[in-house]
Amino acid sequence: MAELDTSGGGKKGGGKVRTKKANTKVDLTAMVDLAFLLITFFMLTTSLSKPIAMDIAKPDKDEKNEQRLELRASQTMTILLGKNDKVAWYMGEAGKSQPNIENFSQIRASIMKNKKDVLAKSGKSIVVVIKPTSASKYKNFVDIMDELNIAQIKSAPAIDDEYILDSEKDFMRQQGIL
Amino acid sequence: MPRAKVQRKSTSIDMTAMCDVSFLLLTFFILTATARQPDPLEIKIPSSTYKIPVPDVDIAKLTIGHGQVYYEVAGQDVKAATLDKMAAEYKLTFTPEQRKRFSVLPSFGVPIQNLGAWLDLTNEKRKTSGYETGIPADSTDNQLAQWIMQSRHAVAELHSTPMRVSIKGDADEEYPVVKKIVDILQKQKINKFSLITSAEGGAK
Repeated sequence: MAELDTSGGGKKGGGKVRTKKANTKVDLTAMVDLAFLLITFFMLTTSLSKPIAMDIAKPDKDEKNEQRLELRASQTMTILLGKNDKVAWYMGEAGKSQPNIENFSQIRASIMKNKKDVLAKSGKSIVVVIKPTSASKYKNFVDIMDELNIAQIKSAPAIDDEYILDSEKDFMRQQGIL
Repeated sequence: MPRAKVQRKSTSIDMTAMCDVSFLLLTFFILTATARQPDPLEIKIPSSTYKIPVPDVDIAKLTIGHGQVYYEVAGQDVKAATLDKMAAEYKLTFTPEQRKRFSVLPSFGVPIQNLGAWLDLTNEKRKTSGYETGIPADSTDNQLAQWIMQSRHAVAELHSTPMRVSIKGDADEEYPVVKKIVDILQKQKINKFSLITSAEGGAK
């Protein structure tokens, strides 16, 4: 394959017939190909198998001095995570507006829409409060954080699993997602 | 005058050296690669579009699934130091043999009282021993909080960096179970942690 015949042909004329020495060279090209193929394979797989992580920061819990952050109702969107992969969200204060029940495929559009509306109305960026209830699954929590990441909500979302209001609970029970 | 014949050079290249180099590299890669340890707890992690790789030093991993918690802290030296601190805390003694074995094990979920007996078993017997019931994390006997605390001390002493905490949770785990673990972390003023997820196709 990689070798040209460079021998000058057979000897002309008489003389002793010498036995031809067999060529001891082995063509290693294929071997090198194989080795490099393996190397690339190993390199690729080692970098691909690294797990990825999302960083979550929760508000500091200080039992001694409870500092509740005041949020503007006009720029706050609260998302409640419920049963059967359902979410309920409302803008502003609890109990003043009727929450919307959605599933995870619809929530992205809602987050986008609210983000735009708040920015247009007040010129401020939206603040999202996530409230995972006891009926939700860990997967829902990861998914909703992921949605916020996709929607490029820059401000860190407030994760509040302590203070789920009674009005919120009642509504979710009525809808059968708690 | 006849023309001088140009000697034709052979076009074959000696590939021996190339072969040597490539196989040397190959063996190097194979030897340096650490095999991924299978998790003792069968879980399915949720997917996300995040792209931040998890560091593999100075990090603790909490595996949550089926209502149980398993714990692992990265690094053999840290593992051994953590075990020493835990032994002092719970007034137990571990033999050098057990200590060595503990420092190479992946995540474990054994109450500290049974840890010595569990370490004495062979690798095959360990999976079916029935000792692995998850680390107790309730308020009366909060061994998980101790493990985290002691490993944080160990990392701080050995590497003088703060330890990061990552959580690897089962997708179908109830949120309150995860919340309970997160509350334990927050009690120790750990408010930042990484949730380990698998890669998704990205934003659709």
